[in-house]
Amino acid sequence: MLRGPGEADIAFTVNGAPAKVRAAPRRTLLDTLRETLALTGTKKVCDEGTCGACTVLVDGRPVYSCMTLAITCEGKSIETIEGISKDGELHPVQRAFIDADAFQCGFCTPGQIMSIVALLRENSAPTEDDVRRAVAGNLCRCGAYPNIVKAGVSAGKRKS
Amino acid sequence: MNAFSYARPRALAEALRMLRNGAMALAGGTDLLGLMKDGLARPDSLVDLTGIEGLRGWSHPKGRGLRIGALTSLVELETSDALAKTMPILRESLQDAATVQLRTMGTVGGNLLQRNRCWYFRDEGTVCWLKGGNRCFAIDGENRYHAIIGAQDCVIVSPSDLVPALLAYDAEIALTSSRGTRQMKLGDLFVTPRGRDRREHALRSGELITEVRVPEAALARRGTYLKAMDRKAWSFALVSVAAAAKFERGLARDVRLILGGVAPVPWRVIAAEKGLEGSALDDAACADAADRLLAGATPLRDNGYKVTLARELVRRALRSLVA
Repeated sequence: MLRGPGEADIAFTVNGAPAKVRAAPRRTLLDTLRETLALTGTKKVCDEGTCGACTVLVDGRPVYSCMTLAITCEGKSIETIEGISKDGELHPVQRAFIDADAFQCGFCTPGQIMSIVALLRENSAPTEDDVRRAVAGNLCRCGAYPNIVKAGVSAGKRKS
Repeated sequence: MNAFSYARPRALAEALRMLRNGAMALAGGTDLLGLMKDGLARPDSLVDLTGIEGLRGWSHPKGRGLRIGALTSLVELETSDALAKTMPILRESLQDAATVQLRTMGTVGGNLLQRNRCWYFRDEGTVCWLKGGNRCFAIDGENRYHAIIGAQDCVIVSPSDLVPALLAYDAEIALTSSRGTRQMKLGDLFVTPRGRDRREHALRSGELITEVRVPEAALARRGTYLKAMDRKAWSFALVSVAAAAKFERGLARDVRLILGGVAPVPWRVIAAEKGLEGSALDDAACADAADRLLAGATPLRDNGYKVTLARELVRRALRSLVA
């Protein structure tokens, strides 16, 4: 069934709740999250799959939402930075970022955190190198990398 | 990005019908969306292949070679422990390819068909030779990442990490279109753009890669993949090398040696491999192989370093096979 080029109905799950949006096939998941669903925690920086600020989880896996078309997410489960805290409690990775002073300007932070959340689901006790590899696709122009790596390792310990 | 219509069929035949009618194929989208955002691809319609279940995953039926579905994600090949035993070079070549996010999204078929990274090609406002213009701007422009050998009218380089690794194991690909199926050696997929043939791949219009096949005999080889990058992560190869051989009483047989990042296609010279047959891969043999592999190299203004880099990577890769 051919859809578009005008707006089409798209249904997926965002942070555990069903969401229905209307979007043209060319609309990215990033723009849909930020502009249609007002979930502006996911950041738009390079918009070309290079910087990682737009990292979200689709079916539990980290992807660049700027290089993902919203219409390809039909029926899938999307998790953003807004969805990881529970009952007003920060997620252990968020808490670890604060404790390790793992950000300066904070613009790359949501993407960094989502990458580490994905890592911890596969590997609950990551080494520094595991964390480095997991956030290799998340650029931080402030250069907070050493503390981001520390936060990732300590979040693993915190969780287990 | 231009406006387009979209479909995600479950049946391969439906996807092939759409392709025959001019739709472009979408899998992981990591390359295609970039091309579309830069105005370098303007499809009227996209056919999303990811709903076609039969093209995902890999299998190794005993004694009958390895089969990898074209829609298998790169991260699946990278992280499978079973596959790391069957063909370790896959993990080795993929672990430094792009980033976790891109390996999660990207597929095997898309990786083979990714387009080059030349900055003149990628710039929407520059009508370079490959895009139908009159000249290659890299030949006498900014060319530190460009070809040192094998180029004709255009000095792009083959960007894939996976491809040299697969070529070192004699991979073949299965292709299908609404007209039928065919199989070809993976090496034959890659085209040096020249004359009126301004393409990078030999894929026909309306055709899809459905599977990559590695013959059982090749899986007995020992192999390695080395990649030199500007940074330690998230970079395309300046030069990469895949080397593989099997060993009989310490002497190399069926040697394969492929370079990435140096030529418009994955660079292979049969004489360099033949020269290593029956050798113990000592330093002299490695130097001789590098001579043959890079004979006729004509570096541009800014990329002479690639010759030195390639020679040393060839030596290290071959030495590591006997280490």
